[in-house]
Amino acid sequence: MSVPKLEIESLSKAFESKVVLSDVDLKVDPHDVVCLIGSSGSGKSTLLKCINLLIPIDGGDIRLDGLSITSGEVNPNQVRQEMGIVFQAFNLFPHMKVIDNITLGPRKVHGEDRDVAEERARELLDQFNLSEKADDYPDRLSGGQQQRVAIVRALAHQPQLMLFDEVTSALDPELVAEVLNVIRGLKESGMTMLIATHEMGFARDVSDRVCFLDQGKILEQGPPNELFKNPQQPRTRQFLQRIVEAGRL
Amino acid sequence: MWVVLTSEAWPTVQRQFFSWFHFRESFPDVLSGFWLDIQMFLVAEVLILVFALVLAMIRSLRGPAFFPLRAIVVTYIDLIRGIPMLLLILLLGFGVPALQLSGVPTSRIFWGVAALVISYSAYTAEVYRAGIESVHESQRMSARSIGLTQVQALRFVIVPQAIRNVIPALLNGLVSLQKDVALVFVLGVREGLAEADIYNARTFNYTSYIAAAVLFLLISVPIARFTDWYTERDRRRRQAMST
Ligand SMILES: Nc1ncnc2c1ncn2[C@@H]1O[C@H](COP(=O)(O)OP(=O)(O)O)[C@@H](O)[C@H]1O
Ligand SMILES: [Mg+2]
Repeated sequence: MSVPKLEIESLSKAFESKVVLSDVDLKVDPHDVVCLIGSSGSGKSTLLKCINLLIPIDGGDIRLDGLSITSGEVNPNQVRQEMGIVFQAFNLFPHMKVIDNITLGPRKVHGEDRDVAEERARELLDQFNLSEKADDYPDRLSGGQQQRVAIVRALAHQPQLMLFDEVTSALDPELVAEVLNVIRGLKESGMTMLIATHEMGFARDVSDRVCFLDQGKILEQGPPNELFKNPQQPRTRQFLQRIVEAGRL
Repeated sequence: MWVVLTSEAWPTVQRQFFSWFHFRESFPDVLSGFWLDIQMFLVAEVLILVFALVLAMIRSLRGPAFFPLRAIVVTYIDLIRGIPMLLLILLLGFGVPALQLSGVPTSRIFWGVAALVISYSAYTAEVYRAGIESVHESQRMSARSIGLTQVQALRFVIVPQAIRNVIPALLNGLVSLQKDVALVFVLGVREGLAEADIYNARTFNYTSYIAAAVLFLLISVPIARFTDWYTERDRRRRQAMST
């Protein structure tokens, strides 16, 4: 048995008195792709931000490669370098060219020389068919291109684990596929990923396991075929029913 | 205006305030004093822009570890903004040199400029802070997520965007400082206003004040026009971007 890449144990989080995550347990093995589904407000984004240590947790434990990252003994900046996170709204730095968006982390955090960082960034951009955008500012790019740059930026520090938070929700429908294909490519390369998504078809294709999050709890999880075909919980059935009615599965 | 120009008092007003003779007589001294104003203004402005930014950045740091630093900065800003600037100028300009401490400058120009920097920095820090808060939280999160520390996130991601948002406010501060440097006149520093005052005391003619006013206007009006031009251009650019 290998050590899980990511292991979450009875995680809880509240904003003021509002409980957003309660008693969440989740395990992601190396090279596994796990999708988080659930209605809006169920706590998907909060969970991902907790894992990336962008917001403090109230209770429980998060372990990366078997090492607790929430015990306060590790440097959060170092932990974040083991992971990449991509957000719904791209969040590129608008005052920097694409290339500088990507090299900022490697240069400032790892102290890489500009030449070295830029060379690697250009290789990555090339890999994602974005090489001709390197010297543009983000507002010159389409939404799909911006999101792909955001993925490249998150990959630039060579993370072991990628977190995706509804990365296609802000995109026009015809741009969704190009971003999803990038994620499929990452799966091929063996990347461990935790993906919050509303794209059920994609979740079914790409994931090894799907978790249904409801009111801050993981209500049900299992291989996509089982969970989508034969949900055990009434709430899961209800949720999937609504998705089917909306024509998204 | 028309009433003044047509009243019987006009010849007197003209002689007392707008005499070409007195203008020419007083101008060289007022000008050389004004040159000192400009120098103090430039030095003070650079120091204010840097110092205020440091204050604002400290105030924007999060987490309990930074609480003491934040508390110091908040106290500083509250205290300084609560004191009349003139009082601070008198206190430092006369008070500190009177202590005759060794190694401490005794120049009144030095302490006058120091008082301006201390006072203006408190206000300017609040301008920067408004700018920092106008940058969306998601930018901070993205910056942290690629491994940057809080200070690096501020420096490379938040502050450059923040400054762009507050350039008009900073330019307004520039105009106001350019006039307020003349306050060090109360310390007996022979800057432009002081020279005008000395001339007036000697001749009982007020034209020297007008000469000083003209010089201040020559600097502040162009900056004010530039501020308006910049603000308007920025507004149009943002509109174009949001459509
Ligand atoms: N910073 C915050 N302050 C207060 N409440 C928040 C904050 N962030 C999220 N929430 C609340 O937490 C709940 C879960 O939000 P979120 O994690 O964004 O859900 P999801 O991503 O599944 O839509 C929502 O009710 C939301 O209003
Ligand atoms: Mg969300």
